Amino acid sequence: MSAHALILAGLDGDRTWRLQDYVARGGYAALKKIVAEKTPPDAIIAELKASGLRGRGGAGFPTGLKWSFMPRAFPGDKYLACNSDEGEPGTFKDRDILRYNPHAVIEGMIIGAWAMGCTRGYNYIHGEIFEIYRRFEEALAEARAAGLLGRNILGSDFSFELFAHHGYGAYICGEETALLESIEGKKGQPRFKPPFPASFGIYGKPTTINNTETFASVPFILGMGGEAFLNLGKPNNGGTKIFSISGHVNRPGNYELNLGTPFAELLELAGGIRGGRKLKAVIPGGSSSPVLPANIIMDCTLDYDAISKAGSMLGSGAVIVMDESTCMVKALERLSYFYHEESCGQCTPCREGTGWLYRVVHRIEHGLGRPGDVDLLKSVAGNIMGRTICALGDAAAMPVQGFVKHFGDEFAYHIEHKQCLVPRGVQDAGSQIYVSPSC
Amino acid sequence: MLEIEIDGKAVRVPGGSTVMDAAAVAGVYIPHFCYHKKLSIAASCRMCLVQVEKAPKPLPACATPVTDGMKVWTRSEAAVKAQQGVMEFLLINHPLDCPICDQGGECQLQDLSVGYGGAQSRYAEEKRVVFNKNFGPLVASDATRCINCTRCVRFTTEIGGLMELGQAFRGERAEIMSFVERTIDSELSGNIIDLCPVGALTSKPFRFSARAWELSRRRSVSPHDAFGANLIVQTKHDVVKRVLPFANEELNECWISDKDRFSYEALSSGERLTQPMIRRDDTWQPVSWQAALALAAGCLRDVIQDHGAAALGALASPHATVEELHLLQKLVRGLGSENIDARLRQRDFRADALRAGAPWLGMAVADIHDHLDRLLVIGSFLRKDAPLLAQKVRHSAHRHGLQVSAIGPSGEDWLIPITARALVAPSAMVATLAAVAAALAEESGKAISETLAARLPDKDALTEDVRAIARSLASGEKVAVWLGNLAVQHAQAAELHLWAQEIARLAGEGQAGGRLGFIGEAANSVGLYLAHALPGAQGLNAWTMITAPRKAYVLLGVEPDLDCADGVAAMAALAQAQRVVALATFASPALREVADVLLPLAPFTETSGTYVNCEGRAQSFNAVAVAPGEVRPGWKVLRVLGNLLGLAGFEQESSQAVCEEVLGGDFRARLNNVIGDVPPSTPRSFSATPVPGVLQRVADIPIHFADPLVRHAPALQKTADAAAPVLRLSRNTLDSLGLKAGETVRVKGADAGVAGVELQLVVDETVAHGCARVAAAHPDTVALGPLTGELIVERI
Repeated sequence: MSAHALILAGLDGDRTWRLQDYVARGGYAALKKIVAEKTPPDAIIAELKASGLRGRGGAGFPTGLKWSFMPRAFPGDKYLACNSDEGEPGTFKDRDILRYNPHAVIEGMIIGAWAMGCTRGYNYIHGEIFEIYRRFEEALAEARAAGLLGRNILGSDFSFELFAHHGYGAYICGEETALLESIEGKKGQPRFKPPFPASFGIYGKPTTINNTETFASVPFILGMGGEAFLNLGKPNNGGTKIFSISGHVNRPGNYELNLGTPFAELLELAGGIRGGRKLKAVIPGGSSSPVLPANIIMDCTLDYDAISKAGSMLGSGAVIVMDESTCMVKALERLSYFYHEESCGQCTPCREGTGWLYRVVHRIEHGLGRPGDVDLLKSVAGNIMGRTICALGDAAAMPVQGFVKHFGDEFAYHIEHKQCLVPRGVQDAGSQIYVSPSC
Repeated sequence: MLEIEIDGKAVRVPGGSTVMDAAAVAGVYIPHFCYHKKLSIAASCRMCLVQVEKAPKPLPACATPVTDGMKVWTRSEAAVKAQQGVMEFLLINHPLDCPICDQGGECQLQDLSVGYGGAQSRYAEEKRVVFNKNFGPLVASDATRCINCTRCVRFTTEIGGLMELGQAFRGERAEIMSFVERTIDSELSGNIIDLCPVGALTSKPFRFSARAWELSRRRSVSPHDAFGANLIVQTKHDVVKRVLPFANEELNECWISDKDRFSYEALSSGERLTQPMIRRDDTWQPVSWQAALALAAGCLRDVIQDHGAAALGALASPHATVEELHLLQKLVRGLGSENIDARLRQRDFRADALRAGAPWLGMAVADIHDHLDRLLVIGSFLRKDAPLLAQKVRHSAHRHGLQVSAIGPSGEDWLIPITARALVAPSAMVATLAAVAAALAEESGKAISETLAARLPDKDALTEDVRAIARSLASGEKVAVWLGNLAVQHAQAAELHLWAQEIARLAGEGQAGGRLGFIGEAANSVGLYLAHALPGAQGLNAWTMITAPRKAYVLLGVEPDLDCADGVAAMAALAQAQRVVALATFASPALREVADVLLPLAPFTETSGTYVNCEGRAQSFNAVAVAPGEVRPGWKVLRVLGNLLGLAGFEQESSQAVCEEVLGGDFRARLNNVIGDVPPSTPRSFSATPVPGVLQRVADIPIHFADPLVRHAPALQKTADAAAPVLRLSRNTLDSLGLKAGETVRVKGADAGVAGVELQLVVDETVAHGCARVAAAHPDTVALGPLTGELIVERI
């Protein structure tokens, strides 16, 4: 299979984000057609279902199905939210979509609003990318001025207001219900479910939340037809997906590939492993997905089902590549620190457990590991897994489980020898950090 | 109804129930911390995880809705494993030093750790330390013990009405705190101590003074406001150590106010009068009961002999029991006098000749939730005067759409959404009620009654505020109109009563209309009517007894300078009297100044007795502690005094026998708020035309100064609610006087010829224009004289 860029197509030029550029690429044609033909919402949702589009934020929930959950006859406002709070280590696709192709997201959201009868929408943008928040505001202004957004869109009786909302950098606000709380001006903490956002979302009104890339895919699906989109990928894994590849590769960056493309092809596109070293492991779907060792990932295709079968998750498509110079204990320590730091503190297993995990891994990494620590890690991770309000608990537990499962010997070595299996010099060379010999 | 099987037991529960609700029906206990039946669901502690058929992971029982045919296991291997996992997490950072924790022995975490905790900890890292907070004089913080269940946060927000607490910071560093450097000032704050499942929030006055298992639990009733909250008084060696709520779903649910909870400290106050005392050569000498009672009886007999029975007056506290009030009025009447009253802060008694029965709330407290959709509150400091009643109204306003309107000179925040409010000076209240009645007649299409039709104001009086109140009332079906303490203490109280009755009639469904009610000031504000502790037709009331001084007085539980409508006049009347016999719990300086005989009176914890609360619920209680020294129950003292005076009808053997005389038969039939026509008046205390520099007084009775017990409770006296009185004026009023906020000014009563008091000026936009709000019942402001009337403000 080969790359067939949709969202990222034509974005190589100098100024690609303006309305005129997007229109020149065929943008807003889908919306204009819908408004002109008064396409019934059911037809749009049916098209999405046919496309096999699955949520690009990480969970991979079928988008068409999600849209069909919104109550039809609801008196009062219904809301639409776009989750651009991209905070998972390794993920950097949404900010490039917003940076270079913001109108694809806007068009996708307007079509979503049409299909679900939403009157208001918010795009919740990650706090640390303020210039992109500004660019999105500019895009909104362009769309409003062109009559594509606001009251009586394209002269029809359909109205939809869309606002940009920026967060303040808390990872947890990327969890969809914490995002809703944050939009309401409250502390970003997840809500327990049920009730689900489709019945009780922003200000208690029915709300649908989708990822930036999901919305950006919508105009293309309606442009080319659901069937054609599906056929780009494979059954149940339709369309293209942007992969953010980072780590020990020569050309890290965003690559839009058809779902089902072999991992090896992505690695090749990214220029292969830096310094010609050997691949050791890959975290295939953002830092929360379980790590896969080289031999397993090299046999995988990049799609939801294949990665899941291999014991991990496609997640948000953030592929973190680690070569043989990587100490897996140190890598896990870094990840565990992140989840410990970003736990919201609301529910017990995550609040107390993430710190426990981090401290034990930290201890092992620093030569203070004890016999039994690997079992302790497994047990604590198991006690967090599936017991928390939101998925952050799972996100903290899964890397631990994955690392310990595939690289248990490195942990054992650390505990027994109070030092790394990968010699320090190799690690330093791999990370290209100069360490003074006197250190 | 949905059918659910929990641990093999099939139960049927209504739709919308959670697994936790169903477990309660099935009699299955599911361990929990953050869940509380009166608070919103947090689902954050995860202790209640249970196994549910077809669910891939354990689900929290508190937040999982029941579906038909659901099967739940709370004790299965999967469920218990999840519960044990959560317990381990809760304990890793919790200090394991129960023996030095005040919560030890009554700690949910300690109890559940026995069932779900490990024998030893697997956590070998450093434990978390959280700095303690200063939450004020009532609630102690031991923040390291906190398990972040957020019950306290949800309580302050949902029940207290103000988000005084929150969970700051993130993850492991999350901690419960108030807004930066603020204390918790809610009048319901003590309830968070009960709610805290661990030792993170404990009672500051109580902590470390006894262990839970050493305490006896005895039932009692609050002696403070007219709500009559049910209490559990805990004693050790017959000394009161702590007061907790006794859950009564029809009344206080599981809440009590801070004064209910912490006033017990006064019981061990150094000012307690523990021995009969008599004044001899201007010194106080302890004497035996025999000698004291003989002297008291002699005093009363002599004065009556010399000056006639009408020279005797009796003032009783409305916090006295039904039994005490009954025997006192019997004694006074037995001696031939009709001068008795317990409505000490009241000014206008014209309603006495016109009322059909004892004034009361006009409804059951429990009916507020389901049987009220519109409420008008007239002249009340509702939140501080009746904290638990305010909580009921708040709950209904938030959850059941109750619309609340208010009329009065103070727009103090009750933490209740207010639909419409008329902020008017005391002198304008009658006219405002008349205007509301007029607007309501227009809205509802009902005709105003003939006698009042002639007294309606002209159209100009129908301001937007008045119309908004009328619109709200007219749009409801189940309406109540409540008169607050300020309305009852008002110089035109009878007219306010009359117009409130008219508004209630015009509002609500049908010819009968809405319900009229009185919030009530004291524990026995209703009971005093039933006990007939009121003047007879020729008798003097509480106001005339102090303005037309008597030769002898009997005081029952009264601190005359602070409890009367005019402390200055009351003290003057008592000072000129030949004889004053006082039954008192505390030997206050004022009593020592004016009394001749001091008889130690048992407070509510040391006597049996009965209070009738605002809704007409008679609640009897027994003594829960041993009285110190020579203190005796008031009913026994009065009964013996009756015998010594040779009066008939003083043969009762028990307080129950006394109570039976008052409340025997259907006493509730005597509750009636109907009033006959009151002729209009312009009382002297309000000038017809405003005089510059002269402001109308708005006197609140601060919550922790309302009765002798709270005044002597040290912790309550350190709260924000007990701060020294200030002079509160609106910005407009302040500007019109050319004064500045923060300035200290001299304030004088327009009538009192005294030097006045010095008070700090505070801008308060909740005070009506032309009015000055100054707290009463406080030693600093006694010199201002009457609660109602005018004040002169002068620059020093």
